[in-house]
Amino acid sequence: MAEESFLTDDFVRQLTAVGEVDVLIGIPALNNHKTIERVVEAAQVGLVKYFQRERTVVIVADGGSRDGTVDKVTSSLALDFRSMLASSPLRTVHRLATTYAGIQGRGSAVRVLMAAADLLRAKACALISPDLQSITPEWIESLVRPVLREGFDFVTPVYHRHKFDGLLVKNLISPMMSAVYRSKVREPVGSELGFSGRFACHCLEQSVWHEKAIRFGVEVWMSAQAMVNDFRICQSFLGPKIHVSQPVGETLVGTIQQVVGSLFDSLEKHESFWLGHSGTQAVPSFGFKYSVALEPIRLNKKLMLKMFRSGTEQLSAVLQSILSAETLGRIEAARKLSDDDFRFPDDLWVQTVYEFACSYHHSVINRDHLLQALTPLYRGRMASFVLQNHGADGEIIERKLDELTAQFERLKPGLDQNWARKT
Amino acid sequence: MGDKILNTLTQTMDKVSDRVMEFLPQVLVMVIIVLIGLVIAWVLQVVVRRILGLVKLGKISETSGVTEMLSKAALPSPVELLSRLVFWVVWLAFLLLGVEALGVTALQQQIARLLMFLPQIFVALLILFVGLLAANFFSRATLLAAANANYPSPRLLATVVRLLIAILAVTMAFEQLGLGQHAVLIAFAISFGAVMMGLALAFGLGGRDVARRILEKQFSETQEEEEDDVSPL
Repeated sequence: MAEESFLTDDFVRQLTAVGEVDVLIGIPALNNHKTIERVVEAAQVGLVKYFQRERTVVIVADGGSRDGTVDKVTSSLALDFRSMLASSPLRTVHRLATTYAGIQGRGSAVRVLMAAADLLRAKACALISPDLQSITPEWIESLVRPVLREGFDFVTPVYHRHKFDGLLVKNLISPMMSAVYRSKVREPVGSELGFSGRFACHCLEQSVWHEKAIRFGVEVWMSAQAMVNDFRICQSFLGPKIHVSQPVGETLVGTIQQVVGSLFDSLEKHESFWLGHSGTQAVPSFGFKYSVALEPIRLNKKLMLKMFRSGTEQLSAVLQSILSAETLGRIEAARKLSDDDFRFPDDLWVQTVYEFACSYHHSVINRDHLLQALTPLYRGRMASFVLQNHGADGEIIERKLDELTAQFERLKPGLDQNWARKT
Repeated sequence: MGDKILNTLTQTMDKVSDRVMEFLPQVLVMVIIVLIGLVIAWVLQVVVRRILGLVKLGKISETSGVTEMLSKAALPSPVELLSRLVFWVVWLAFLLLGVEALGVTALQQQIARLLMFLPQIFVALLILFVGLLAANFFSRATLLAAANANYPSPRLLATVVRLLIAILAVTMAFEQLGLGQHAVLIAFAISFGAVMMGLALAFGLGGRDVARRILEKQFSETQEEEEDDVSPL
């Protein structure tokens, strides 16, 4: 098989010793020695508790950790399942760790895990983050069961989060992907995912694994693959997500460059799927939703507004080449509003994002520069969202996010037209 | 007497016409060379325009902002500029060859020197073009990075970066042409040093209070104006 070439000989030997499996849990890791043990244990307990009769394996794909992450996985003692579950496992839950060669990044780790799934002929797989503090064995069931028992190909997570957590996903990634790819998914870039062996094979066949967008925005790419290739998609409620380190990109600018860049790249690749088409459909949801008290988060609205105002003022020449005169005029009008009256309305935000996507497609300026120029506008939108929803509860926020998705759908013909225009 | 004058005049006229007849083929050769050169230069201009179009230089110059900068200076696009440059360089080379065909010894040495100089002009212009591309690119990168990091005066920083790279490119282009190599280098070093020293003095002496206020503000802001600890994803 082609994928064997990037798996080390030692790892292939380990996989051969395991034989075929039904369920594979993959953990892409890099310097996570503080949390990796607990995450692996949670995965193993989840497998023993919910998939007793299945052949299972947990694999850690490490990018070259220097803090002993791999040692933590390989040298930890066997779990005492009896004391945890009041029962013993019927089968061995294999635990493997490999250090992949080549370019570091989540994309490379996911590729190794998918290749392992292909070699082991796994029917269902799940990816989980190595830095999770809130993972429970139930997460494994939530991600794997829809694939194994219900025949779904791709399971995205739904987390219980603070209303102001994940604002880039809530305000841009999720509604835009829903409107463009016509599948309403709440967390298309969640780092916990479930997928079928068929989906893993499909992904492995794509010749995109060396692209920058895949190395750092693999979740966006996987979600887009599932949406445009007619794979059966569902979402599963996992509960609160608390993790140790920053997810992707150390700064907001870096995160926007990686995640929004991946989304815009995927739009280019799949334009024949979405250009001129409309009609978003909800995907099935699983899991019992519950809420718990979450830790309060610190938000500096004053600084957000200040950085929005100074950023849009300083970057006006750059924004002129990206945005239409009308949109830029409205942004400038918003900049002059007082803190109390400040609003970055839904339609203006959607228009802004769509015009950025088209300018990215037409390469009006260097693409990295273009994505950086989005940052002050995102800060403005974030400030507006926080100001408008200060007293709102989760239900109101959900409704507003649905309205935002509907706005993305309403304005999509404009995106189609602008995208297809010749430069 | 009259016969003598007429005789001398006829002889002179004969000599002139002989010389003209001797020179005429050379003039014709020159005209032919110039005309052939014109055709070749025009063909090369079209070919270069096509090649530059294929390698998407127009798009690259648009994205890097060079096209915009040139249009502000009432200059055509980089593709047009380079293809026209090729036309003029080639045609000029043929023109000089043609003049050489006239066989005027005094001109020949000068022409040879000029011909040797043409590639240097071309390379110098290329250096200038790449320098302007780099100046625009890094200036915008600085502007974006400074604006997103909330640094004071991002535009000023971007302008300084643009100026420094542009000056460096001009210096390199002059050096390529061999025009006052040392003088240009020294001038660059002096102006760079002067700018830095001026800034240091202005900030250290003239703007001491302003500097203190900026630093105080910066440090106090880092205390109370830290960014949120919320994840965007």
